[in-house]
Amino acid sequence: MTTTTDINADSYVTADGRTIGPVVMDMKNITLRFGGVVAIKDISFDIREGEIRAIIGPNGAGKSSMLNVISGFYKPQEGEVWFRGEKRPPMKPYQVARQGLARTFQNIALFDGMTVLDNIMTGRLNHMKANLLQQAIWKGKAEREEIANREICEKVIDFLEIQHIRKTPVGRLPYGLKKRVELARALAAQPSLLLLDEPMAGMNVEEKEDMSRFILDMNDEFGTTIALIEHDMGVVMDLSDRVVVMDYGKKIGDGTPDEVRNNQDVIDAYLGVAHD
Amino acid sequence: MSQELAAAGDFASVPALLARNVKKYGDRPAYREKEFGIWQSWTWAEAAKEIENLALGLLALGIDRGDHVAIIGRNRPAHYWAMIAAQKVGAVPVPLYQDAVAEEMEFVLDHCGARFVICGDQEQVDKVIEVQENVKHIEHVIYYDKRGLRKYDHSHLHWYRDIQEEGRVAHSRLEGEMAAREAELTYDSTCVMLYTSGTTGRPKGVVLSNRNIVESAKNTSEFDNLGLNEDILAYLPMAWVGDFIFSLGQAMWCGFCVNCPESPETMMTDLREIGPTYYFAPPRVFETQLTNVMIRMEDSGDLKYALFHHFMDFAKKGAGEKFGMPRRKVTTQKKTLEQKLRHGFRYAMGIGFAAETIVENAIRLGFAKLRHGKNARKHFKAKDPLGLKLYSGKAYEYFKYRCGDVLVYGPLKDTLGFGRIRVGYTAGEAIGPEIFEFYRSMGINLKQLYGQTEATVFITVQPDGEVRNDTVGVPAPGVEIKLADNGEIFYRSPGTFVEYYNNPESTADTKDPEGWVATGDAGFFDKVNGHLRIIDRAKDVGKMADGRLFAPKYVENKLKFYPDILEAVVFGNDRDMCTAFINIDLTAVGNWAERNNVAYGSYQELAGHPDVVSTIQEHVEAVNKSVAEDEMLSGCQIHRFLILHKELDADDGEMTRTRKVRRKIVEEKYAPLIDALYGGKSEQYIETEVTYEDGRKGSITATLEIRDAAVVGTKQGMAAE
Repeated sequence: MTTTTDINADSYVTADGRTIGPVVMDMKNITLRFGGVVAIKDISFDIREGEIRAIIGPNGAGKSSMLNVISGFYKPQEGEVWFRGEKRPPMKPYQVARQGLARTFQNIALFDGMTVLDNIMTGRLNHMKANLLQQAIWKGKAEREEIANREICEKVIDFLEIQHIRKTPVGRLPYGLKKRVELARALAAQPSLLLLDEPMAGMNVEEKEDMSRFILDMNDEFGTTIALIEHDMGVVMDLSDRVVVMDYGKKIGDGTPDEVRNNQDVIDAYLGVAHD
Repeated sequence: MSQELAAAGDFASVPALLARNVKKYGDRPAYREKEFGIWQSWTWAEAAKEIENLALGLLALGIDRGDHVAIIGRNRPAHYWAMIAAQKVGAVPVPLYQDAVAEEMEFVLDHCGARFVICGDQEQVDKVIEVQENVKHIEHVIYYDKRGLRKYDHSHLHWYRDIQEEGRVAHSRLEGEMAAREAELTYDSTCVMLYTSGTTGRPKGVVLSNRNIVESAKNTSEFDNLGLNEDILAYLPMAWVGDFIFSLGQAMWCGFCVNCPESPETMMTDLREIGPTYYFAPPRVFETQLTNVMIRMEDSGDLKYALFHHFMDFAKKGAGEKFGMPRRKVTTQKKTLEQKLRHGFRYAMGIGFAAETIVENAIRLGFAKLRHGKNARKHFKAKDPLGLKLYSGKAYEYFKYRCGDVLVYGPLKDTLGFGRIRVGYTAGEAIGPEIFEFYRSMGINLKQLYGQTEATVFITVQPDGEVRNDTVGVPAPGVEIKLADNGEIFYRSPGTFVEYYNNPESTADTKDPEGWVATGDAGFFDKVNGHLRIIDRAKDVGKMADGRLFAPKYVENKLKFYPDILEAVVFGNDRDMCTAFINIDLTAVGNWAERNNVAYGSYQELAGHPDVVSTIQEHVEAVNKSVAEDEMLSGCQIHRFLILHKELDADDGEMTRTRKVRRKIVEEKYAPLIDALYGGKSEQYIETEVTYEDGRKGSITATLEIRDAAVVGTKQGMAAE
């Protein structure tokens, strides 16, 4: 990032030519407790249109909880979630999904017995309007809808280069491909904000490179805003525009990868520090 | 049909053929490509429109006559169109191997002086941009797949569709120019330039004229009765002459449809969906598929397993050749009632017998399972249906084959995507006899051909009904062949290349003024059926002490066809007899050991096991027998052999990285063993240095047993002993 770019401006252009727009998701003073355990303590950060936002932190820092708050799975006891300039009331996850959020899971959550294509089609569920009867009769609207949705899924399949496993049951696939299928399903929903929970966990270097390329291409081609949790520092620093660092439920750093890298608190959290 | 098309001279170029196809077959499919999960197709008229727009677009960019247009990408209709579009404006297409790395591409792009490069996707564009630092004459790069290229500098980079759009807009302005250039194309103008893969030295650009392409396509299409109704799958590299002839030459000549797979990984699924009628694959592809079938059969149910082996064994005994081969010609005419009845009868018989076979064998298997439990597979053998006993002789075989067709061959062919194959070719290297036999016995008309880029593929081909595993057939139509004294094969044909681009010395070395081209391969004509047999590269063929031909590769290949033998090295140059080193295949022999309760601790121990040595001895003797059948090569029979205590390995420098034996190094390294082989000893001690994968060195010692193998006495063979 060049020094002339003002990343606090309403919108700016990054060094590689992407436009970062205004804030889409604003988390204000979020606190999440499970009984007596405080998972997230008074955290505020925002996600801007078109950016790749990473959330990092050591194990147990509360990253996944944060993602679950964003996706509406957990309801924070305190704080507000603002989405596209409106305060979001407590919502069920499916309602959040209808607002244009999609996510992948840390532990793959696909339907093992279904084919890759069917799994990806489930990502289109929120876009299908035909009712049960129409679906059963399979004429007119239901058929047209399926064709339109299938086309979108096929574009995603083409994009993620998984044509060869289109008809393979997911249960038979290796881990790396399952991860990719999960990404495909999230992408098929055509989200405006995509949440990735450790998209590269357990992958080898080549698979990581592929996945990084897909994430970048996704952001570039479709303009999808991406929030991701990742442990691989190299990947995070290369991919993301801004990084939030969490430790013990608290935010200890927020800024560009360079800023975060030089932040003393972050270094302490990762390398450890002698407690007196 | 062939009469209609016979006058090749009227269609002296690919664009001329395209125009003819548009006129004659305008609304028939010309290209199909699977994209977004669906086969998208273009008719001849639509394809011609696409080509025309692109050609006009290239004109608008300022392409000159004789310019080279490099094309890099996987098999896609758009890339074939690019080749024809280039021809339409008087330029020469130069397809490149898409998996080549940038440095390899640099030489070719530099050598051909291309001003225009058409790329498939970002990967290729990146390579070309990298190359551009050194190759300055590239002016325009055109890409087809937009993905990831949005942010590139587009001053000299264009999207394929944009160029077509520009061409469409400039239609009235440039149409005249395009028509004029197209009219200038003659039989002798260059059609395409293809670079040989360059395993030896630098790649050479082989210039092929329209005559080469059109004549070869015409002759061979007639030879194999190819027509309008063929379907082919274009999946072989576009830079290879074979793909150019099959997917462009013959497709243009016959007007059949070229199908492009969705991606290289989906090739097998797409193959099955298309069910090509005309198919080409290197032996490796057939080998992999056979292995897959065998592995999957091992995992299948007992009844299927037994039936599969029962019917495959039967088909391999010659029944497949007799009853399985597809009709030579496809007719589009409606079937007469008699034909329909005959067809119905054929299948009704098959289905009737098949149903009975299944029931009968299922019951028998049930009993076998009661008796042997889980071991039933070992004890159970499938049987023919009872009803078949009513017939005798040929009728019996016929009905049994029909029955097998319904139960085994048909479904298997369908699964492999070979259900409709009428003509299949394999070439490039020797194919194992059991592989070849497997496919042929199923009723796939798999044939071999021998050819090279310089000949526009075809030198010899096997005619239907005269197919053998160890020959490459008779001279293709229009090809003359002569053999030099050392066995080197020379040919002359309408397909003989024009020249190597910018390389008159090589041209003169390869092609003499009368048009005879040296292949560099040695071979001879089989006395019985007049088929050509290839033995080795001419420079590797030596002489034995008494002047007889020594062709080690020929014998080694025969040995290597046995699954037990991984590698063989035959010695005998300037000696009075041949001897061999043999490497066993650990997987195959290990399997055997496991099944027969032979315990072994290491490769060395297994290799030295007396039973293993005896098995190998049987193989060697069988090979000797088959080598002795050829009078010219009978001297190459192996008199003595030993099994090496370690695998020949690239880390030890004994092989190249592509797993070709370095004869010289092996000869030096194992000199004591060779001395022992020729010295008549029965065992020899040897200490060998080995390099482990991490670079450490160690040494292993062994005492190897040397065995004599029986040789078949021919006149010359006797003389040697």
